[in-house]
Amino acid sequence: MGSIKVIKPGFLTTIQDLGRFGYQKFGMPVAGAMDEYALRIANLLVGNTEEEACLEITLVGPTLEFLDECVIALTGGDLRAQINGEDLPLWQACYIQKGDKLHFGGVKSGCRAYLAVAGGLEIPAIMGSKSTYLRGQIGGVEGRALWEGDEISFPALSAETLEVVNRKVPQDYQYDFSSLIIVRVVLGPQEDAFTLNEIKKFLEGKYQVTNNSDRMGYRLDGPRIHHKKSPDIISDGIAKGSVQIPGDGLPIVMMSDRQTTGGYTKIATIITPDFPKIAQAKPGDTIQFQAVSIEEAHEVYRQYETKIRILPDKFIYSPRQSYHCNNPFRKIINIKINGKEYLIEIEEI
Amino acid sequence: MYKKARYLPAGDKGIVVEFGSTIKTQINQKVRSMFLALEQCQLPGILELVPTYRSLMVFYDPLVWEFNKLLVELEKIEASLASFKLPKPRVNLLPVVYGGEHGPDFQFVCQYTKLTPEEIIRIHTSTDYLIYMLGFTPGFPYLGGMDERIAVPRLEVPRTKIPVGSVGIAGSQTGVYPIESPGGWQLIGRTPVRLYDPSRTPPFLLQAGDYIRFYQVSSEEYQEIAQQVEKKRYILKTLDYVEKRS
Repeated sequence: MGSIKVIKPGFLTTIQDLGRFGYQKFGMPVAGAMDEYALRIANLLVGNTEEEACLEITLVGPTLEFLDECVIALTGGDLRAQINGEDLPLWQACYIQKGDKLHFGGVKSGCRAYLAVAGGLEIPAIMGSKSTYLRGQIGGVEGRALWEGDEISFPALSAETLEVVNRKVPQDYQYDFSSLIIVRVVLGPQEDAFTLNEIKKFLEGKYQVTNNSDRMGYRLDGPRIHHKKSPDIISDGIAKGSVQIPGDGLPIVMMSDRQTTGGYTKIATIITPDFPKIAQAKPGDTIQFQAVSIEEAHEVYRQYETKIRILPDKFIYSPRQSYHCNNPFRKIINIKINGKEYLIEIEEI
Repeated sequence: MYKKARYLPAGDKGIVVEFGSTIKTQINQKVRSMFLALEQCQLPGILELVPTYRSLMVFYDPLVWEFNKLLVELEKIEASLASFKLPKPRVNLLPVVYGGEHGPDFQFVCQYTKLTPEEIIRIHTSTDYLIYMLGFTPGFPYLGGMDERIAVPRLEVPRTKIPVGSVGIAGSQTGVYPIESPGGWQLIGRTPVRLYDPSRTPPFLLQAGDYIRFYQVSSEEYQEIAQQVEKKRYILKTLDYVEKRS
């Protein structure tokens, strides 16, 4: 068994998996990773099942010390991760030595990074999930964000795990952040609470993510959407990515820690494959909604799932191996002499 | 109640089956029928069901179901509901100690309603409250059917911390707080029973579509039950629901 020690917790670092399902009928929110895609890919890279728990790291990352060797992968937003002061490549399985320190230099792009450890995290499942639900104070480490001094255990590194070291995902599996984030939605369930003009305004408007945004919901600022009659409905179920329009006309996107039911009209719902885009949006970022039919949404969904399913056949084993992403028994050092690059391999005998 | 349910897409994984646009027992019963019928037939690719006041949220796997095919299947089930044998709802009996330290607003409710403490307790304990749905916080029951004679306004300034198990009234609603949380309800008593305990199996005691009946206990009985609850030995008493209990 090995462990990670939290030296500094960062802004908000929590344990998340794909969420707590089966209890919404009792009012229990799902929680789980904001960016499911990044979490799934991080897990696949290190050879875990895709739903395993990861550290979800938000904006200002933590400082972590690895008390034992392990293999990790970091995906999602670029928060300038460094191992012992050297850049840690994203979207790649990396070997970590005992005593290595991981820290983050601040946001370069995106909002959240996911750290997977080969073998998974030794966290007890509550109602079938390791996810932290902060408001309900359950899951993860004592139902809270990580604190200084916490230690998170993982299974000892196995010989076969070493085979995944250095593999990375192709470029088209990685993020390409743009200044305008376009997210596709399926209209409804309450689009009939709005006139066609108001729906047009909603789809043509540009919305800013406000500071009043968290794992429960994102409050947006932009064109106000008016209701035909009332903003209130008799409470019904809420899906992840639902866009509520309350009385002030400003949309609220329901995120991972959303309540299970609610009494505001929901004009549209973000499609699953585009949800990571909004999960990676931070206060100040601009969002525009684009309507698709449910049939189109399902076609996009099938393509998205296929892409993830075939990923294991697409892993790339990088020829440019850096010191810290290496088999512990074989070191490859990259040096530059007169502008030419050389790879030097050293093996323990 | 609608003649035929409305089927509304909620993104690429959810569909809302809406039976009406008001809070009515008959509509809620239809939701419960659809919920139980769907649970029983165990269709593949149905991930989770969330019953609410007047609709059922059905979460499904889009790799298993195309929207239109699922719609046809759900409509078939809806059409068969008339002959669906609905199991009798259960009445959950919740012990409550009224007034005193456990019900800091009990005196206010007496003054406001001009009823004696005995009358308030009699009225509050003589109704079977329908659990329309669970939501707001884990395990929070939305109850219907409170007698208007004990209706009181919410607190002007909500409390920041309400102890778990507190029983309150707000407007013409009554309810129980399953976790310690802020809130503006007038607190008339407290139950030692934990509606929600994540370390217990099962974590939740109540189900939408069942009923709650409160009954009065003394402070001593409250303590005894609280100890059993603490040791996870307490078994909630339940009865079959009988309609129109007066």
